[in-house]
This record gives sequence, structure tokens and C-alpha cells, in this order.
Amino acid sequence: MTAAPPQIGHGHAPSLAAAGEPLPGWEEIVQTLTFQRGFNTTTVMLGTTLLGIGAGVIGCYALLRKRSLMADALSHATLPGIAMAFMLSAAIGIEGKSMLVLLIGAATTGVIGVVTIQAIHRHPRVREDAAIGIVLSVFFGVGIVLLSIVQTMSTGSQGGLSRFIYGQTAAMLTTDALLMSAITLIAIVSAVLLLKEFALVSFNEGFARVTGWPVTLIDLLMMSLIVLVTVAGLQAVGLILVVAMLIIPPAAARFWTERLRWLVVIAAIIGGLSGYLGSAVSALLPRKPAGAVIVLCAGAVFLISMLLAPRRGVLAQAFHRAALRWKIARDHMLEQLCEQAEDATIPASQVRAMMRRRGWSSLRTALFGSVLALQGWVSRKQGAYALTDRGRDRGQRVSRNHSLWEQYLVSYADIAPSHVDWSVDKVEHVLSDELVAELEHALAVRNGEPAGVAP
Amino acid sequence: MNAALHRFIELDLLPMLAGAMAALTCGLLGNYLVLRRLSLMGDAISHSVLPGLVIAFIVTGTRDPVVMLVGAGLSGVATVVIVELIRRFGRVDPGAAMGVTFSVLFALGVFLIEQAARQVDLDADCVLHGQPELLGWTVPADFGELLSPVTLGAVPRQIWILFAMLLITLAFITALFKELRIASFDPQLATTQGVHAGLMHYLLMVLVAAATVASFEAVGSILVIAMIICPAVTARLLTDRLGSQLLVSAIAALIAALGGYWLGALGPSLVGSEISLSAAGTMAVLAGVLFGVALLASPRHGVITQIRRQKHLASRVLVEDLLVTLRRAERSGESSVSVGRLRPILRGEATRAVELGERERLIRRRGDSVELSEDGRARADAVLHVHRQWQSYLIEEAGYLPDHAHEAAERLEHVADASAMNPPEASGSAPDRS
Repeated sequence: MTAAPPQIGHGHAPSLAAAGEPLPGWEEIVQTLTFQRGFNTTTVMLGTTLLGIGAGVIGCYALLRKRSLMADALSHATLPGIAMAFMLSAAIGIEGKSMLVLLIGAATTGVIGVVTIQAIHRHPRVREDAAIGIVLSVFFGVGIVLLSIVQTMSTGSQGGLSRFIYGQTAAMLTTDALLMSAITLIAIVSAVLLLKEFALVSFNEGFARVTGWPVTLIDLLMMSLIVLVTVAGLQAVGLILVVAMLIIPPAAARFWTERLRWLVVIAAIIGGLSGYLGSAVSALLPRKPAGAVIVLCAGAVFLISMLLAPRRGVLAQAFHRAALRWKIARDHMLEQLCEQAEDATIPASQVRAMMRRRGWSSLRTALFGSVLALQGWVSRKQGAYALTDRGRDRGQRVSRNHSLWEQYLVSYADIAPSHVDWSVDKVEHVLSDELVAELEHALAVRNGEPAGVAP
Repeated sequence: MNAALHRFIELDLLPMLAGAMAALTCGLLGNYLVLRRLSLMGDAISHSVLPGLVIAFIVTGTRDPVVMLVGAGLSGVATVVIVELIRRFGRVDPGAAMGVTFSVLFALGVFLIEQAARQVDLDADCVLHGQPELLGWTVPADFGELLSPVTLGAVPRQIWILFAMLLITLAFITALFKELRIASFDPQLATTQGVHAGLMHYLLMVLVAAATVASFEAVGSILVIAMIICPAVTARLLTDRLGSQLLVSAIAALIAALGGYWLGALGPSLVGSEISLSAAGTMAVLAGVLFGVALLASPRHGVITQIRRQKHLASRVLVEDLLVTLRRAERSGESSVSVGRLRPILRGEATRAVELGERERLIRRRGDSVELSEDGRARADAVLHVHRQWQSYLIEEAGYLPDHAHEAAERLEHVADASAMNPPEASGSAPDRS
């Protein structure tokens, strides 16, 4: 009545008790990293590195097409194919674990899964996320049902199937690694050759269509490359984590560049590096599953990229925001001082009262006053403020920008004069010189007309 | 007691109950996720509870269910928060943000299992696949004893947890029905109405995480994903209102769970097979089948209905084109037109058009030629009226050039609301001048 619990291919090493195992020495580490740990380890490491590169490259297109989770569905959809291929090959008497047969099965249902998503998604009431989720769960469900049948079969060698779910790099045979490398190489070469077409379809599908490119065909090619890499990755990291190899490196690379070529290159480097380091760690230390370590490496790179990337990184963004906020505060203070008294000195108490009307606390006013003095925007003598030349210049420009923009909004954007001030306060700091010149011109022309008619 | 019934209660009742309760909980919550395009959050959460389980075990050293629930619940909430952080601060596409989060967390879980939790039976596989079949219940052979404390005490805790979860979910949806509805459809409007849309979102996510955790041990996370998405989308295809959608999705979830269990555990033995299938798998598959049926056969939104409607419209357009052609010929003095001359005008479908027209008694056949009947003439005039109205609208209001308007009106003349459709006589407009 009840199915036997699935035999899952984790090793059988005792845990915890063995926690005190010695760390590998330097020599061993260097040996591993330079591929001198025997043929088998070398093949596996090269294979996972190549897989990382391939997944990184292909993943870029998935990311740009906003299809990252499609890869997730696809990898789950390979399970019924694997189980069916196993059953078929067992039925006709081929060795059940033949890698090629299983991979062909995986690719077949993977493609069917992708096509199903596209077909379901066409219906206006089924959104893409739902379509992906349906295919993911139902196909995986079919896979589980088939696996439960496999478990009751008497062929006995079904244990090998589980390595597709969690991946077992260490158990990989050299031929498997070679096959995996070959698939990945094909995927990389086609992705590079089709860079232009893929870029076009990813960025502007409509334009590609009207200029006569076979968009559907290109799309399908892209998806089949994703299938290829997914299937190749099954052995190394397993079907749940292969999706990480497709998603994480491109998402991390996206922080570093705005150009597709570089995105592809950087994603390839990140993916390759994760594969290389992950498999090396797994070869060096006991009980470190390669798939998980590879993904954790990629995840670490993602975190570092997200925090530290120069333009799009979180820290850089925070710095930019802080700088802008400081600039705005400075401008406000200079503008206020300038409007109040261009040349005279103003006592600090008056400045405080003035700024309080803008909602500044006395502390804030004092603080900004000191910094402005330090930077030479104002000079402070005996508790009174005076604008320096530089400060006056800036203050005048800001208030000129303010009134320009205010006039523009009132005369062109039909905003009631009483409502203008608030929005102007925000925009006056970011007007570029060209824009200011243009505004001056436009307003001069507009104001010139009535002047010309008037006597 | 009947032996077969006894066997059923011992072996099959609880798995069925577990499946049904998990399916109901997830199916109801799924409606809101699907509406907010967050269907895959269930997927993400169900993968990322793994590290929470392992860490909870490492920290406490026990496999106490409460500890496990807390650990998994925390990592479920952490997933939501991390996805949101990556999406907002990294400005990453939401799909990619989810993918990064759950895959890294899952990898962390696999890694940690390998490190520490090996000697306990904490199996990533069970989390994913689930084995409702293993929920057995030892009951005495006497029906009277069925509800005694001892017998009830033998019910596995998963059942109680699922039951509690179902009650919480029902209470949540009933109490906050209005708030959830407005927050799901229009978060901005919700905020202006004083409903905290963000709070609703997080409450929902916490519940999804909790439901995932409560369900996974009994039925596996794959079933959770299936039940969150499939019944809700099925219901969306069948109804247009949130209230009835909730109801329909609950029914679909129940059918999938009970039917799926029957298919997996009981079905094969009926056909004399020794095989028993994974019940979690068959439940997910049945949920998918229900969706497929709704997609094809939904009376309102199904593919079949759509195709029929399209065909219907196409034949109406064809017949109306025929009628208009005949009417125009009539006005230029020909009371009948030969089928041969209609061919180029009706794009090779003249024969079918004539057949359709005859069947509706809109035209009459005279040998090789056709002419309009009374009904046909009235219908043709109505279409021409709509055509003229569209044409003048396009020229006067939409800024079309006069020589472009005719073509556009030619396509639009077949669609118009009732007021424009009124025949010229009825609406009292001037007789035809074209």
C-alpha cells in the first residue's frame, strides 16, 4: 500500500563525531587548485567550471527576458523525463543508468514543460508566474509518481536516479563529465554566435518582429540552450540547484555593468569561478556536497556584488543618495542666506529662525553652518554668517533655477501658482546647465511676446 | 467492525485528511498570491524552509515539532524579507530576486544537513516529496472507542498541526476578507482607505510560510506549491468574483486531494496492480488536470468557448459582408448578384457565406444568383448605418483622414453597442444617402 521511502543518495559517513577532521595542508590545496589531484578530480573540476561558464552565459538572456524562474520550472520538469527514460531503458534492457539516455529524457520533458508554459500563458487569465508554477508543480508531481513506480521495479539500480535531484559531483564518471562539458561547450558557442539576435529579441521584441526576424524561432533556440545547460547541470548540482547556476551569476553580473557584452563576460567569470572553487572545496574537505558549495560560492559573489558594485551597488547607491541629500540641504541654506541678505552678515539667531521655517532644527542649522564654513561656502565671524563669493554664486544660481522652474510650471505645465513652490523645491537642484539655458530661452520668448505687443 | 472499513481508517483516513486539510489551507491562501502575481512565493518559501529546519535542529539538538515549526517559520519569513530587500535595494527583477534567495537558502540547507544533521532522520527528500501515506493510525476494532482520548492521542501530530493551520487560515480570511480583497486588487487605494496594504502582505506571507511548514511534513512541499497555484487559477478561470473564486478553489483543492489520494493509493489495487503511487504526486497531478479541464472547458473563459466565439463572429462578419455587398448592388440597380461575382469580394468564402445566409433566411437563391430577403435588407441597412456612424466618428472625433476612415469602419461595422445598432428607421435618422 505505501511506497517505500525513497533511497536518497547521501553518503553514509557518520556526522558530528567526525567533526574534528584535519584541514588539508597548503600543498594539497595548491595541488587541487592547479588540477594536480588525479585525472578524476581534474575532469570533474573542469566540468563544473565549464558548466558555471555556460550557465552564466545562457542565464544572462533568461535574466534579460525576465525568465529567471522559467529555468526553475524547466529544471523541475526534467524529473518525469528522467524517470521515464529510466523505465524505458530498463524495459528494453539497456543499462538503466546510462547517462545519455537519462539526459535525453530530461531534455524532452524539459522542452515540453517550456512549451506548455508558453501555451498556458497565452490565456489572458493565466499570468506568467502562475503558468510557471503550474508547470513546475504538476510536472514534478508526475515525476514523483513515476519515481514511486520505479522504486517498486525490481531492476535495483534506481539509486542512481537520486543524484539527479541533489547532484553528486563526486560520483561523476569521467565520461559523464566529458558529456557535460561537450553539452556546455555547444551552448556557449551558440550563445556567442547568436549574441546579436538574442540581444535584439531580449531588448526589443516588437522591433525584432517588425523588422522580419524570426522571433519565435530565436526564442525557442534560447529556451533550448537553457534546457541544454540545465540538463548538463543535473549531474553536477542536481535539478533544484541547477537553477541557481542560471540565475545567480547573471544577477550578480548585472550590478557591475550596463552593457550586454560585459554582462555575458562577467556572468561567465562569476559562474566559472563558483564552479571551480565549489568543486575544489568539495574535493578537499569531507562531507561538502559540491552542488551546495558551488551555489553558496555564487551566492557569496552575488552578495558582494550587490553591496559593493561601483554604480549599482547598495553602498554606492546609498552614498549617492546621501551626497544628493547633502547637496540639497546645502543649496537650501545658501539660497535662504542669499535671499535674505546677499552681502550683509546675518546673526546666527536670525539664521536659526529662518531655517526653522523650513523645518530645520537649530542643531541641524548649526551643524550644516559649520560644514558650509569649513568648505568655504560661508564665513562665520563672531556667531554671524556671511556668504563668501562662492557661496553667493551658488545661492544666486539656486534661487534663479527656482524661479525659472516656477515660471515654467506656471506658464507651460498649467500648475496653479499657489501649488508650484513645493515641487519646485525638489527639482531646482537637479537642473542641468543646458536645461537652464533652454528654460531661460523659452521663458524669454514667451514673456517677450506680450512685451512686443504692448506699447 | 467491518474489517475493510477498519483497514481504511487505520491506513487511509489520516493521509486523506492530511491531504485535504493541507490542500484547503494552501488553496485558499493561493487565491491571494495568484492575484498579486506572487504565485511563485510559495515555491520559494517551500524550498527555503530547509535551512531553518536544520538550524533549528543544530541549535536545540532536538527534532521537537514545535522547534522545527518555529525554525521553518522564521526562515519562511526571512525569505520574504530577503526577496523584498534584494528587489528594492538591488533593483533586481522580482523573479530573479526570488530565484537567488531560495536557491542559495536551499543550498545552505543541503550543505548544513551534510554537516550536522546526518545522524537524525532529517531528509531533504521527505521535505520535497512528502509521504502522506506514512500517516498511520492505530485504532481499536470497536467503533465506540474511535473517539476515546487514547485513540485520539494516537493521531499523529501532523494532523493536529494541519487542523490548527486550517482553522487559522479560515479565521484570517473571514475576518479580513474586505481588507485582503482591496489590498490584493489595489494596494494604493487600500492605503488611502486606511487599510495597511504592506501589513496585509506580510501577514499573508507569514501565513503562507506557516502553511508551508505545517503541510510539508505531511504532504511535501511540491504539493504545497501545486495547491497554492492550481486551484486558485482553476477557480479564476471559472468565476469572476473573489468570493466565489475562494469557494471554487476550495472545492477544486478538495477534489484534487481526495481524488489524488484515491488515484495514488487505492486506484492501482482496484485494477489488480500491486504498485502504489506517490499520493503527493498524484494529488499534484490531479490538481493540474483540473486546471487543464478548466482552461479548455470553462464556460466563460475556456479555450473551447473562445474558439467557438471567434468562429461565430467570423461567420457573422462573413454574412454581414455578403448582405452589405448585395444591398449596395441593389442600390445601384441590380436586384440580384451571381455567386461568381461575389467570390473576389468575399475572399473565396462566397459559397459558405451564401449557405449561411440562406440558412438564416437573409438571402434567397435564384438559380446562380442571390438576392436579399426582407430580413436581409433590414440587417444590411443596420450594418451600413453602423458603418456610417463609425466613419463619421473616426473622421470628426478621432482625426482620421476621410480616405482612411472607410477601411477602418469596414472592420468596426460588425461591432457596436445596442444604441448604435438601432436600424435607421427606428432611430429616425435620415434615409441612406451613400
